[in-house]
Amino acid sequence: MNFLLEIGTEEIPHWMIPRAVEDIPATGSPWTGAQVEATPRRLVVLADLPERQADDVFEHQGPPVSAGQNAVQGFAKKYGVSVDQLRQVETAKGPYFQYREVVPGRPFIEVLVELIPDLIRNIYWPKTMYWTGGKAGPRFIRPIRWIVALLGGDVIPFEIAGVKSGNLTQGHRILGSSSIPVTTANYESELRKNFVILSAHQRREKIVTEAVQLGAKIDPDLLETLTYTTEYPTAIRGDFDRGYLELPAEVLTTVMKHHQKYFAVESGPGVLAPHFVAVMNTSGDPEGLVKKGNERVLRARFNDARFFWDVDQQKKLADRIEDLAHVTFQAKLGSYKEKTERVAALVKELGGNEHAQRAALLCKCDLTTEMVKEFTDLQGIVGGLYAKAQGEAEPVWRAIYEHYQPVSMEDSIPATAEGQIVALADKLDTLRGCFAVGLAPTGSKDPFALRRAAQGVVKILAEARLEYRLDELFSGALREFLLERMQYYFREVRGYKYDEVNAVFAAGTGTLADVQDRLAALAAIRPTENFEPLAASCKRIRNILKQAEFHANGAAVKSELLEAGPERDLADRLSGFVRAGETDYFKRLVAIATFRPQVDLFFDKVLVNAQDPNVRTNRLTLLSTLLREFSTIADFSEIVTSGDMK
Amino acid sequence: MDTFQDTVFKLKRYWADRGAIIQEPYDVEVGAGTMCPETFLRVLGPKPYRVAYVQPSRRPADGRYGENPNRLYKHQQLQVILKPSPEDVLDQYLGSLAAIGIDLSKHDIKFEEDNWESPTLGAWGIGWQVMLDGLEITQFTYFQQCGGLDLDLVPAEITYGLERIVAFLQGVDSVYEIEWAPGFKYADVRFADELQFSIYNFEMANVDRLWRLLSEYEAECKELLKAYEKYPDKQRFPVLPAYDQVLKCSHVFNLLDARGAISVTERVGVIKRVRDLAVGTARLWMEQQQLAQEPEEAAA
Repeated sequence: MNFLLEIGTEEIPHWMIPRAVEDIPATGSPWTGAQVEATPRRLVVLADLPERQADDVFEHQGPPVSAGQNAVQGFAKKYGVSVDQLRQVETAKGPYFQYREVVPGRPFIEVLVELIPDLIRNIYWPKTMYWTGGKAGPRFIRPIRWIVALLGGDVIPFEIAGVKSGNLTQGHRILGSSSIPVTTANYESELRKNFVILSAHQRREKIVTEAVQLGAKIDPDLLETLTYTTEYPTAIRGDFDRGYLELPAEVLTTVMKHHQKYFAVESGPGVLAPHFVAVMNTSGDPEGLVKKGNERVLRARFNDARFFWDVDQQKKLADRIEDLAHVTFQAKLGSYKEKTERVAALVKELGGNEHAQRAALLCKCDLTTEMVKEFTDLQGIVGGLYAKAQGEAEPVWRAIYEHYQPVSMEDSIPATAEGQIVALADKLDTLRGCFAVGLAPTGSKDPFALRRAAQGVVKILAEARLEYRLDELFSGALREFLLERMQYYFREVRGYKYDEVNAVFAAGTGTLADVQDRLAALAAIRPTENFEPLAASCKRIRNILKQAEFHANGAAVKSELLEAGPERDLADRLSGFVRAGETDYFKRLVAIATFRPQVDLFFDKVLVNAQDPNVRTNRLTLLSTLLREFSTIADFSEIVTSGDMK
Repeated sequence: MDTFQDTVFKLKRYWADRGAIIQEPYDVEVGAGTMCPETFLRVLGPKPYRVAYVQPSRRPADGRYGENPNRLYKHQQLQVILKPSPEDVLDQYLGSLAAIGIDLSKHDIKFEEDNWESPTLGAWGIGWQVMLDGLEITQFTYFQQCGGLDLDLVPAEITYGLERIVAFLQGVDSVYEIEWAPGFKYADVRFADELQFSIYNFEMANVDRLWRLLSEYEAECKELLKAYEKYPDKQRFPVLPAYDQVLKCSHVFNLLDARGAISVTERVGVIKRVRDLAVGTARLWMEQQQLAQEPEEAAA
């Protein structure tokens, strides 16, 4: 039977809707596989449900047929039935009486009456409110104002938050009727007549088709936002004065996208045209009033931006450093002036050139500008643009411009060396500072976005191949935190396998560039025939050294103690290899893998536990030297091999 | 075309017709209509209430010497409190837009998430900014907490930005071009205080004296709050005057802020000083309300 549930609400924040839609089928078993649709004012579940629940059948085993009458009657009585309602079944032990009890399934509508209020309450929202019945009252994302609940032709009767379910829906707030009787069959078409497009897919398509026709450059994030802020989206195009194109494109785009939710229009790749595309939540703009209104708002916003630009130029970035004393970075870590001083010192310590040091001094100054106070998303970018306008050298303004990068895992790292070092120092300072005053992230709480800062550090170190020793950059809990982020990065972003990452990190972490090279070598050799001998040798040598409780402590193999034959052969191969000094990790691994015959012979023919303790020590030294040659690349014992899986 | 005052009259009439008391602006400086006792205190407690008033709201740091066409040191809010919020509150709100001449079938209206929070008042709520053809014209909030107290009857707060709405209705690009009354522009009425208060707030307000004032108002408030405990007849106790001291503190804080006189380390501390006073006052008001309620309940 057709099932329809519509939860009618006041406007739900757009960004929460897709997640709720995804979650709903999992909140209650009757609608696993149900179709869920949503607009800002309604959450809708459509499903095909049975009229009744399936019957439950219980087969109760009774006494054997051979048992006496009393036993049979007693059994029948226990279930309140007569003996002739029992049946006989064959079992391995002969024929037995059985009572087959059939408990008829309940009409589904009764089940739903009980289930739906819970389903509604169980929908997950990042933030909820109460609106009736005080703090003990029901909580939801926004007030629930109506409920449609139908199974076949019947209303499923229940009440939640003082709202009784029924068959009346509401159309578009302005264009539709506020009381529309519906059936499961005509629900969607009735909504359509009342200017509600239920399907997000259809709304999205309508926006794309119309906006593209008007020349919009479709931004995917904005498209999702608009899809879930409208019930009946219609695109219109507006214009602005060409003169505003003198303002930086970054500023214009931010105003259009983030503040006004307009698509930008380009006249060529990366070149803005003096138009925008707005998406209304209504069917049209026949008198051009909406276009005029939006143009007026945009004009005011652009005028503000131009005003901010002009005012901000009256005081150069370099003259704003003192003003940073009034901008809090973090209560316990002081002002941005203090942060600037720390970052500048760190850039110098990290070997940053003059340009990088200059950029470090200026990079936070835009926080005191009117432009950034208004458009906070543009911090850094505005600083860079101002530095350029104020005649700073190109490496300086570029470094300022890009020093917040990467802002996400997908974002690229700064393109210039100066930008990389300033970005690294800025993030590192934040991390060190916050960890020092006990603000490390815990669980899902990360108010200072330290995970993002850490991810940025990792991405810059790895992708710019910066040659800093990790133990000189961070220690203690911060080191652990960053190591974890590094492993995450190599697994999730770079696609290395879990055990490969573990093996390489277990073999040491000098610089991240080096870690990266070793990982690449390990992943490259793993599918080849050379891998198995390395893993096997590693395991065998490791066991022997462990049993002998042996530590080489830097001792060298003594040639005079080597026995001719397999022992000397292996030692010769090894010293030849060491002399060759191959630096490419992959080639080193390949070369060591070719020792396999010598290694096998050594184990077959040579008794490591020799009588003479000097000979024994020398043999163990030989093995540990060999192991060191490749276990410094990766700890092969961390690798899950097919043998381990058995 | 309606003048600024015509629009104000119409909105007041509209809400008066829906049972709201029409109040006059509060006579102590506030940064927003929410801070007036008609909102801050009245939303507390179990008594239903409906009120609407225009409140000139002073934000010293927002002054622009009368040079920016959209930014003001003092702007006018029309504040509506409906406690408890009626079920059709959004329809009633849309009706008010129609009442001031906005034909909604020809415009684009959207409700965009915008939750409100005031650390100084220990207050927060859930709501939207209402967008009309891309212009934010109203802040709509369902209060959840005020003065650190959970609210029994959730009120709806509707705050109209009057300058914006009227500039939109009159089709002008600068608030100073708004026709306030026939023959008088907004600039004629308000330019002088925008200019002079900007100069005072940013350049001349005496910082040392402001700090002293802050302490004095704070001391007065604390003294009152402390006196409550031993005061014999609780219902006669002057909680409202204590709240006036909170507002004074808040305004002095805003002035100090505009002067750039509050350092990083001080800022959080000063906000907390003001919040403690606000929360303390709210608690006493609530207690008074409950005391007043008890005899009523007993009689019923």
